[in-house]
Amino acid sequence: MTTLLDSPSERSRFDAGVAPYAAMGYYDAGYEPKASDVLCAFRITPQDGVDPIEAAAAVAGESSTATWTVVWTDRLTAHEHYQAKAYRLDAIPGTSGQYMAYIAYDIDLFEEGSIANLTSSIIGNVFGFKALKALRLEDMRIPTQYVKTFQGPAHGIVMEREYLNKFGRPLLGATVKPKLGLSARNYGRVVYEALRGGLDFTKDDENINSQPFMRWRDRFLYCMEAVKRAEAASGEIKGHYLNVTAADMEAMYERAEFAKELGSIVVMIDLTVGYTAMQSMAKWARKNGVLLHLHRAGHSTYTRQKTHGVSFRVIAKWCRLIGVDHVHAGTVVGKLEGDPRTTAGYYDTLRENVVPLNPGNGIYFEQEWASMPGVMPVASGGIHAGQMHQLLDLFGDDVVLQFGGGTIGHPDGIAEGATANRVALEAMVLARNEGRDYRNEGPEILEDAAKSCRPLARALDLWKDISFNYESTDTPDAVATPSY
Amino acid sequence: MRITQGTFSFLPDLSDEQIARQIRYALGNGWPISLEYTTDPHPRNSYWEMFGLPMFDIHDASAVMGELRRARDAHPDAYVKLNAYDARYGRQTTALSFIVSRPPAERGLRLERQEAHDRVQRYTITRDAD
Repeated sequence: MTTLLDSPSERSRFDAGVAPYAAMGYYDAGYEPKASDVLCAFRITPQDGVDPIEAAAAVAGESSTATWTVVWTDRLTAHEHYQAKAYRLDAIPGTSGQYMAYIAYDIDLFEEGSIANLTSSIIGNVFGFKALKALRLEDMRIPTQYVKTFQGPAHGIVMEREYLNKFGRPLLGATVKPKLGLSARNYGRVVYEALRGGLDFTKDDENINSQPFMRWRDRFLYCMEAVKRAEAASGEIKGHYLNVTAADMEAMYERAEFAKELGSIVVMIDLTVGYTAMQSMAKWARKNGVLLHLHRAGHSTYTRQKTHGVSFRVIAKWCRLIGVDHVHAGTVVGKLEGDPRTTAGYYDTLRENVVPLNPGNGIYFEQEWASMPGVMPVASGGIHAGQMHQLLDLFGDDVVLQFGGGTIGHPDGIAEGATANRVALEAMVLARNEGRDYRNEGPEILEDAAKSCRPLARALDLWKDISFNYESTDTPDAVATPSY
Repeated sequence: MRITQGTFSFLPDLSDEQIARQIRYALGNGWPISLEYTTDPHPRNSYWEMFGLPMFDIHDASAVMGELRRARDAHPDAYVKLNAYDARYGRQTTALSFIVSRPPAERGLRLERQEAHDRVQRYTITRDAD
């Protein structure tokens, strides 16, 4: 439904008192967005009895110049320029009372290169607005004029691959388990075994910082001994994501500097540190030539529910602008939330230079990245070697596949678990490149590879029945899509 | 030791027929092939010697295999790797790279440590002596 309201006259626009947002100019169905506008798609659920047009206008108003009442000081400004404008409103098929509101913001509303400023406007006050039952930011179009004010990934996918000297296949990683409680020396053992067995990366978990059982400096020393020994044993570049997340920037810089001094090629931060700290660490990573891995800790508190919060595709977009090199983006087949089409939309957002409009994948705007390098997505959580054909089909080559339990839980040992994953991966890539129908023949390809790799045979046998088939909560529905 | 650089080092050494299939895949994607060789497979050795220029104009897998055999014959004691290059805008980097020939006996790499301050070690990877 799209309705054009009569344009209010200037006289009524400035009458004192509470004026409807739509009448104040925050809804304009005739507005043609400019190429330089920031565009947002909001899923709005108005309170009963609230006109959806008025609700959309209120979101535009509250996320830009408006307050609850008319202010005469608007007349000191070119207010039409600074007002956000809801320019399109669609009822969402299959829902009752939900609408997709498209809102345009002039680029002048935002400070150059600042995610903190962008988000303070777009998701600042408006999510608590009483006239709405719920509000969700589904997607944003960042104009190239604004994209160009951000650093972008410290290195990006191409530079990372050249740095690692690893091409033509997904990268492999694992998170050290148990995530809490290991001493530094025991922790380093897990890193060494996993890397020498064939993984490219190991990883601190999001909540490994500097606890009583293992202080950060001790962990860094043992992990780097493990990394360098594995490099010498394999002739390959290896990395361990040393988590430098800490209580303040001074501590994060101190830990990152020490990681660099020890020769680590990568450090890690958690999303919980906040956008400004992430931007600071991205600058540090670019300056110091250290890859920057981001764990999206905490995101599900606001990304998972379909009617309220911020979609992860928006967070992914901000992460690319901020400038991380890696970010976790879902597995589809693993233990964590992830609808296939929605997840494909995240991967496109992180990796492609032009992401075309694709509402079936939750992409509500075309996004042009203006050659900003891509972010390497990370698929982590409840995946194992027996799913390799599905993972390669879903994600292609530019991804880090992280098998934590699927490496460390191998009955013959951690290095054997790592070898099983690496052999499964290489066998599947080889078969794909040979033109085989690996999606359907995947299990046979793995069985064949396992004939000359006992650890893979054991892994396939142990985990053959493990799958996580639950209904996704976050699925695209702006257009009718096939359900999975 | 077995150096495990390259896309397929964890599989049994590829046969020439398997290598030819990978070449056809690369050429089918429009990725020209190049060959490089070295006796120094240090993980930080970015520049193996080029065995001729990248074969931008060779679109026939059997011709590439002929070059590969020439490279092996010329450098029997070296590692030889085959690269496929993706020159498209947005990539402009290697798309696939795997070892196609190894020396008869692979020497290992050694990790040397130098004690520094406060338990810090300085690591250097060097080649094992012959």
